[in-house]
Amino acid sequence: MKVSMKVNGRQVSGEVEGRTLLSAFLREGQGLTGTHIGCDTSQCGACTVHVDGRQVKSCSIFAAECDGVEVTTIEGMANADGSLSAIQQAFQDHHGLQCGFCTPGMVMAAAALLKENPKPTPAEVRDHLHGNLCRCTGYHNIVKAIMAASGQDVPAMAAE
Amino acid sequence: MPKDGIGASLARREDKRFLTGTGRYTDDINLHRQTHAYFLRSDVAHGTLNGVDTSAAEGMEGVLRIFTAKDFAAAGGLPCGWQVTDLHGKPMQEPKHPILAEGKVRHVGDPIAVVVAETLDQARDAAEAIVVDIAELPAVVDMKAAVADGAPKVHDDLTSNLCYEWGFVEENREAVDKAIREAAHVTTLELVNNRLVANPMEPRVAVGNYDRADDEYTLYTTSQNPHVIRLLMGAFVLSIPEHKLRVVAPDVGGGFGSKIFHYAEEAFVTWASKEIGRPVKWTSSRAEAFITDAHGRDHVTKIELALDADHRFTAIRTDTYANMGAYLSTFAPSVPTWLHGVLMAGNYTTPLIYCNVKAVFTNTVPVDAYRGAGRPEATYQLERVVDKAARELGVDPAELRRKNFIKPEQFPYATPVAVEYDTGNYHATLDKALEMSRYADFETRAAESKSRGKLRGIGLAHYIEACGIAPSNLVGQLGARAGLYESATVRVNATGSISVLTGSHSHGQGHETTFAQVMADMIGIDPNQVHIVHGDTSKTPMGMGTYGSRSLAVGGSAIVKAAEKVIAKAKKIAAHLMEASEGDIELKDGQFTVAGTDKSVAWGDVTLAAYVPHNYPLEEIEPGLEETAFYDPANFTYPSGAYVCEVEVDEGTGKVEILSFTAADDFGNVINPMIVEGQVHGGIAQGIGQAMLENCVYDENGQLLSGTYMDYAMPRAMDLPDFAVDHSCITPCTHNPLGVKGCGEAGAIGSPPAVVNAVLDALNRGGYAVAHIDMPVSPARVWQAMHHAK
Repeated sequence: MKVSMKVNGRQVSGEVEGRTLLSAFLREGQGLTGTHIGCDTSQCGACTVHVDGRQVKSCSIFAAECDGVEVTTIEGMANADGSLSAIQQAFQDHHGLQCGFCTPGMVMAAAALLKENPKPTPAEVRDHLHGNLCRCTGYHNIVKAIMAASGQDVPAMAAE
Repeated sequence: MPKDGIGASLARREDKRFLTGTGRYTDDINLHRQTHAYFLRSDVAHGTLNGVDTSAAEGMEGVLRIFTAKDFAAAGGLPCGWQVTDLHGKPMQEPKHPILAEGKVRHVGDPIAVVVAETLDQARDAAEAIVVDIAELPAVVDMKAAVADGAPKVHDDLTSNLCYEWGFVEENREAVDKAIREAAHVTTLELVNNRLVANPMEPRVAVGNYDRADDEYTLYTTSQNPHVIRLLMGAFVLSIPEHKLRVVAPDVGGGFGSKIFHYAEEAFVTWASKEIGRPVKWTSSRAEAFITDAHGRDHVTKIELALDADHRFTAIRTDTYANMGAYLSTFAPSVPTWLHGVLMAGNYTTPLIYCNVKAVFTNTVPVDAYRGAGRPEATYQLERVVDKAARELGVDPAELRRKNFIKPEQFPYATPVAVEYDTGNYHATLDKALEMSRYADFETRAAESKSRGKLRGIGLAHYIEACGIAPSNLVGQLGARAGLYESATVRVNATGSISVLTGSHSHGQGHETTFAQVMADMIGIDPNQVHIVHGDTSKTPMGMGTYGSRSLAVGGSAIVKAAEKVIAKAKKIAAHLMEASEGDIELKDGQFTVAGTDKSVAWGDVTLAAYVPHNYPLEEIEPGLEETAFYDPANFTYPSGAYVCEVEVDEGTGKVEILSFTAADDFGNVINPMIVEGQVHGGIAQGIGQAMLENCVYDENGQLLSGTYMDYAMPRAMDLPDFAVDHSCITPCTHNPLGVKGCGEAGAIGSPPAVVNAVLDALNRGGYAVAHIDMPVSPARVWQAMHHAK
């Protein structure tokens, strides 16, 4: 079946099967490989995108369900001039990534959090990330980056 | 501290592509006309493979070919890279490790057949139509049962399931036994270092591509060491000459050891791409990763610590069963021996040590190195038994350690287990950790917890590790079948920028940034002028790759050596340009000056002269400015540190909350503090994961019960506290040019015993006389321990 949607502001379409996941549509159909697959039980969150403004794990939704929606992926998060968004820049400034594989999902989750809760506490940040696994950073710098992106300085976290 | 050279917390340049989704991980690579491979794997732990009927699958839509073991009759098995000699002087038992199961299946996940089709879905659908006739055999899962008389043999051509029995140092065994018999006090502890699954967030992928025109193969693989794969696969498995085989490890999403080893899937896609005449791609699912990626740890140990009347350690004796799994993975035999036994001195002056290890085959996934590889196992045993001794003797655990520490003036210190520590100051790191964690005020906080009905505990651990592997001659004598040097080519470009081609690999460690800092610092130029190339055997000199906290210590040293050669030649050119004597040339901040004068010439002028040699001493030196160095380390390096963990235990549920975690590490010199701290954070998270959450569990039939993230508890953000980390206690390494010791594994080594010690402290302070709880210290285990102690 044919499916049409907007991805990062561009209208796209493609042939999919009923069983084609949105993640496969993005990665293979559209060549947008920034959305990553880290598990098969929808727990790791590396595939997180925004669908009509909501945080969604793209491995848990069929492409066919996404006809007519607006999807934002990690490739659509930078500023129009190519510079990093505030969240992305905060991740770099605070070393919130190491291997980078979970990072697209973390950035998408952070963006969704800060939209609904612009000044979260560190505990709220940690709780919001329950659907995003990271094996490299131990989360310390990810939380620090998200707090910084929200404009909140957390001196206690700089406990080096 | 320079703005952006050595010692600066420079932001990482690799972040840009990772943050914008333009990283190039192996699954992002799609080759023209590629086909997809799906592996059909055994779902029983042990059985005779009587037949594989692919007839129904062959004709299915999109299927190109189905492979079984007979298609690999001409290929070699997957090699083991380390041969251990047992305590009788005999080589270990070394079974064949075929690419696809031959005659028997030996673990759940053992590959039986591979379907190659146009799409992955078609390959998977066809695999379901393959009929496999397996006559199930009883499985051996428990190690002690596996080496008991009459146990079913995992490999019928071996004499038993005992791979080897290793004793170290065998000549000291009698003296150790005597010291234990005569000791004033002996503390005994039986403990399990629980089996873990590495679970880097990127699952493994392999893409093989054969080019018929040039008779050349390319393998893209999620590897920590592409040259090692090229050597092992080319020479021992597929008989492809090295110059015809290119291995590329592009962006790799974490490894933690599990991506060191040469796996069947790599050999399969490489070879199959020639057979099929098109590229072949394999992508692991996470469930597949659980049953094919090498697992970690899985030791069962009894340790005895003998003390004299003054509480000094007089002897240590350990008895360990170490699981090898069903086949020998690439470095498996080295982990419980040379990466474990030689650390049993820890930070202490114990004069007599004997370590016995029985490595055992079982019907489980092969076990090999996982972050720390042998050193977490050694540290856990030592730091738990020392803590138990302190409790038995009624002394403060910090004091007991301090009393037995090697003192700063005793370095270099030759341990009774063969290694010599170069430098260290364990009193400093312990004091630092105790100060940072406010150890002295603990009672006040414990009382506050008690007022809220909680039990509060504080636990510490002090570790040492041997890393920066390794001196090639030494490890060769110990059974390594490879060297462990590292390489670097420093290629200076005409306009002054530099390409550094390194045999190290980066899969999260930030080498593109830190190696640039090292190189730039030596010349005094902007690190943005330095470009780091890694991960492609057609571009970089041969290197052994990244693991064992070795990249800066060994790879960084290779860069320094190559850079020194470049600088020496550049000084000759500068001397010529300034008509001065070579001995008078100084290099600082990118300028060559003649000592004692104001004559100078810039780095860029020298580099241009090298490639446009018009004003140039051609009769003395060649044009060009490019040098290579291979660095073989003189010794291991020995980072060490003190970790303190504070917890609260809920008496009603057994749930443990970590309130704080403090790490004071001595990594020698530090190149990029921000990256070093990140490495420690990640290591601690994995150590806490092992101590509290993670457990790879098999049932008695060899079925993997913890096969997905639904059953294997990966640490999440809310499971972990903030970490307080410090690396200001610095005793530089004496034998490499950077004075660095390495930091990648420390967090995972020191943290498990600190956590367990803290939990036991909480329970004992609460009136529960619990001597030990095995990891993971789950609420159920804590609750049961409390109720048994009543």
